[in-house]
Amino acid sequence: MKRLALLLAATLITSGTYAASYQKSSSAAEEKTITLVTHDSFSISKSTLKSFTQKTEIRVRLLLSGDAAVALNQTILTKDQPLGDALYGIDNTFLSRGLSANLFIPYRSPALSTVGEEFKTGEDYRVTPIDYSDVCINFDKNWFADRNLAVPQTWNDLIERKYKNLLVVENPATSSPGLAFVLATIKHFGDSQWRQYWKKLRKNGVQVTDGWESAYNGVFSAGAGNGDRPLVVSYASSPAAAVYYSDPQLDASPVGTMLDSCFRQTEYVGILRGTKHQAEAKKLVDFMLTRKFQEDIPLQMFVFPVRNDVELPPVFKNFAEVAPDPQAISSSRIEKNREKWIADWTETVLR
Amino acid sequence: MIVDQAPYSLRQALKTGLTVGIPVIFLLGLFVVPVVNILSRGLQVGGELDLSPVIDVIKSESLRKIIAFTFVQATISTLLTVIVGIPGAYVLYRYRFTGRGLVRALVTVPFVLPTMVVASAFLALGVKTSFGAILVAHIFFNYAVVVRTVGGLWAHLDHRTELAAQVLGASKIKTFVHITLPALRPAILAAGAICFLFTFTSFGIILILGGPSRATLETEIYRQTAQLLDFKTAAGLSVVQLIAVTGVLLITSRLITRQNIALGLVPADRTPRVRTRQQRLLLLSNLSFMALLLGLPMATLVIRSFSTPTGFGLAYYRALGTLRADSVLFVPPVEAIKNSIVIAVISAVIAVTVGGLAAHAIIRYGQALNTALTIPLGVSAVTVGFGFLITFDTAPFNFRSSWLLLPFAHALIAIPFVVRAITPILSSIDPRLREVAETLGANPLQVWREVDLPISARAYLVGAGFAIAISLGEFGATAFLARPDRPTLPVVIARLLSQPGELNFGAALAASSVLMVLVAGAIFAIERARVGSVGTF
Amino acid sequence: MDPVLSVQGVTVRFGDHLALNQADLSLAANETLAVLGPSGSGKSTLLRAIAGLEPLAAGRIESLGVDLASFPTHRRGLGLMFQDATLFPHRDVLGNVMFGLTMKGEKRGQSIGRAQAALELVGMEKFADRSVSDLSGGEAQRVALARALAPEPKLLMLDEPFGALDRPRREELNEELRSLCQRLPTAVLLVTHDHTEAFALGDRVMVLREGKVEQTATPTDLWRNPASPFVAEFLGWNVTHDAHGRVAAIRPDSITLTCELATDQERATVVARTFRKNHWRIRVETASRQILEVEIANSNSDRTLGAGGEGLAIGQSVGVVIDPGAAISFSELPLKP
Repeated sequence: MKRLALLLAATLITSGTYAASYQKSSSAAEEKTITLVTHDSFSISKSTLKSFTQKTEIRVRLLLSGDAAVALNQTILTKDQPLGDALYGIDNTFLSRGLSANLFIPYRSPALSTVGEEFKTGEDYRVTPIDYSDVCINFDKNWFADRNLAVPQTWNDLIERKYKNLLVVENPATSSPGLAFVLATIKHFGDSQWRQYWKKLRKNGVQVTDGWESAYNGVFSAGAGNGDRPLVVSYASSPAAAVYYSDPQLDASPVGTMLDSCFRQTEYVGILRGTKHQAEAKKLVDFMLTRKFQEDIPLQMFVFPVRNDVELPPVFKNFAEVAPDPQAISSSRIEKNREKWIADWTETVLR
Repeated sequence: MIVDQAPYSLRQALKTGLTVGIPVIFLLGLFVVPVVNILSRGLQVGGELDLSPVIDVIKSESLRKIIAFTFVQATISTLLTVIVGIPGAYVLYRYRFTGRGLVRALVTVPFVLPTMVVASAFLALGVKTSFGAILVAHIFFNYAVVVRTVGGLWAHLDHRTELAAQVLGASKIKTFVHITLPALRPAILAAGAICFLFTFTSFGIILILGGPSRATLETEIYRQTAQLLDFKTAAGLSVVQLIAVTGVLLITSRLITRQNIALGLVPADRTPRVRTRQQRLLLLSNLSFMALLLGLPMATLVIRSFSTPTGFGLAYYRALGTLRADSVLFVPPVEAIKNSIVIAVISAVIAVTVGGLAAHAIIRYGQALNTALTIPLGVSAVTVGFGFLITFDTAPFNFRSSWLLLPFAHALIAIPFVVRAITPILSSIDPRLREVAETLGANPLQVWREVDLPISARAYLVGAGFAIAISLGEFGATAFLARPDRPTLPVVIARLLSQPGELNFGAALAASSVLMVLVAGAIFAIERARVGSVGTF
Repeated sequence: MDPVLSVQGVTVRFGDHLALNQADLSLAANETLAVLGPSGSGKSTLLRAIAGLEPLAAGRIESLGVDLASFPTHRRGLGLMFQDATLFPHRDVLGNVMFGLTMKGEKRGQSIGRAQAALELVGMEKFADRSVSDLSGGEAQRVALARALAPEPKLLMLDEPFGALDRPRREELNEELRSLCQRLPTAVLLVTHDHTEAFALGDRVMVLREGKVEQTATPTDLWRNPASPFVAEFLGWNVTHDAHGRVAAIRPDSITLTCELATDQERATVVARTFRKNHWRIRVETASRQILEVEIANSNSDRTLGAGGEGLAIGQSVGVVIDPGAAISFSELPLKP
């Protein structure tokens, strides 16, 4: 009995001190803490964030919630009582939704001058581009080499007989790269033809998984799960990640990218309407475009920085490629058609 | 102490207020209000209730198909789990054999493993996405629910009733059908109800193992809420889900209470050792089944967590401590384990407190509270999670982004289990024991501490163990909460899994193995804990 | 001095049912009151109401002049013991007996001593370390008694204390309880449905019927002068109803059966007979269709019946002689034998 009481007391004390330590750390510089709402894939190095705090005396509190869509939808849902001061991670496939929900206040960061025109939205600076990534088909180099089979190069290669049952894609209804890939086909084949193309892909044995994890880790032959399909919808940066996250370090990437199949996703940061820390949030946006932050992006999130004047890390230089001519669809058109496209795709590929 | 001076009626009111009030307030605050809030986004037009989304859902053929599939897969999964679980319960709770405690603990581990980890283990074993894969995975996850619930009662059934039936000429099978099964019915129904709720709201399994063309109410609510931001359709679906879940719970609760036969219960210690050939065969076949269904996927995970490109080694475990160590979001594995444990213990304290009070209330005022407390298990995590966001957004309740929300959310899931662990023992306590204690000078709190607690301590502990295990492995609800950077093990695992590179994947497997050991350890410790020696039941 | 217990007009309701209806009683220190009544008469409810375990719909319960209404059960300083021992299964014998002392906040060392003393009172001192699940029914009741006595309550309440035990054990324990009650300064309130037990233990006996007090009297008074047909019948008297609706009661030991039939004697037929060691209990049916229970002492059976109770055969005709002093009429008109 006594032991139980002791246990209970110990628990309460532990949780109490735990809570207290947390309270202390957040209240110490309360007026100077801003909250950045973002998705689960966000990452940045400690030293980078520290340098921001040292320079500006602003602490950044991170609030992670789900994938990019969940993070955005939660932000929209709570826009009257915002969860934080800025949202990072809204991309061009969802941008229009965020803009029409009137989430952001305009801010034209002086640092924007360093960013290529192709990333700017022309939407009165309500969001600021930070990074981009190309969703492309990755291939297992060894698989093709072992079989003396040429790696597919074009869209039309993918529906050839010799590449039957080799491709795995993600369901656009539940996966962001899955949707990006469908968008790439829509852009490439046009409204009238893209479903035809998917019909042929289906006939050629395309496999669909719910998300990137199952496709890449489960089905892809060069993924961790040693699956049986050598073609997967992933990112142009995946070959670099495959090298970077290997032990012992690989000399060459086992993964290649089919650069003709890419759709570009650009991620933005926006200052949330209703923030009480507008000045501080602006400083954070500026900071995210500094060389320090931009240089940190590749190895933290495995995406490319929007500034073209930063030095990429060697593993990126050697193994990650940038699509020369990625597909793009305007954000407003995506938002208007997303449901219909997904329904059409489902009808074509799954029914 | 007020209780000391107050007249009889006021003291009763206080007791009622405490035992009924706290669980009800907890449920209202953490479930009813958030869910109503989020549903009203879809069901309210200009301040008026508008049920047209519900009608639209029912009218839509594709959504009707989804509803039908949800029921079918949940029903079949539940039936199968019950069928394979009953013999499992028998050997683990009616036989005594060396290593039984460990097997009981291991059997419980799958119940709390993160779906994505298990799914990847199944895929690695060559299971292809299909309807069958859903069923197998559902059995894997819910086997423990049946084994523990049914076994818990079975252990206390008086074996002599069965002997008496056999003396009267009943065959073993007849005895089982006519004597044992009816006696076990309440536990079977209770376990079945829980299984049904879990499979009815199954999410990851359906997505990953079902293949892309299979959708359930849960996956569709997730899609409508989290991806499409269509609150109307989501609310319509959620209402259907709520009605279905409440209906199933009410029916089972009625079936359980209708059979209010007092069972002759005996202490569990009198289970016999395995002796005859037949018993050995039954034990062996069940253990083999468990090894195949539960053991193999888990073993695959563990073995793969040691299998690095350079051979068997600890590289993936080391990677846990070094991978992305420079990231602001990095936590050393020890820290993540600590976070997990702290949150698990807090959620267990909350769950045991609220669940314990609720158990007292349920004994006095009936099953309605039990049903109400179980409903959250059958409601979409995304609905509750998004409900939290818009409910706890104003002071003094602005804790939607506080890490404290996590243990509360976990407790919400754990409470039905705590209640089910404690209620049977509490209701078996002769109320006159409490009265004698009172006349001997024990105030209500002392009565609880000196009579109820020592007798039901083991049940409390079992409930706490379940709560801890649930919290340790919980990710479904966690995923939809806005989380500050205080990751638990499942969050770490999810993050590792979401990036390419075999080190990430290997480290995720290592973290999963650590989680399994943690859960198994917690449950094993609780299985072994002997608090007080309860002579009678 | 105010009574240890005074119950005035106490009413307890279970929904529409009046479990206790305007009950009154008074109990002095060192007195034992036996509450007698059939099951459902409200005996246990009375104990529970006094203990504060049932809310009162009306009435007042006082102890030593203090209204107990504001005292919850645990502050009433009572001892309560149920039919089956209801020992705490998670405590050993000594732990059970120490419970009340611990609750009083007594130091451990002191309460061990007092608990052992209480165990000695009931002859269970050798069982202190035993687990309660090892005790026989009688032993468990002794421990329960020791547990109730240990904190030295002003009032000890026993609810059918030995009802679950076999007869010899029950008689043995009743004997001990009686001598205990006389030695201790405690007032005792005992509930039973067995009038032998009530007479054996109670200084006074109170008869309850459907929640109402029918009569309170010393055992001899009660036995001699039951106040109502109910009490008379409950005590084993013969209650007769004649054609005019008159009700009378006749004590079973005041009836004599004769073999020689005088003309003015009432006649009866023997219906049943039971041997009860020191007497025979004979059931006869009179010509006017009244059933009478008759007790015939073994010692004088020869004189009246020649061959004794054994000599009576079922179906035999006998004459009935009733001692008018042992018959009570509950009607205005005098009873004609």
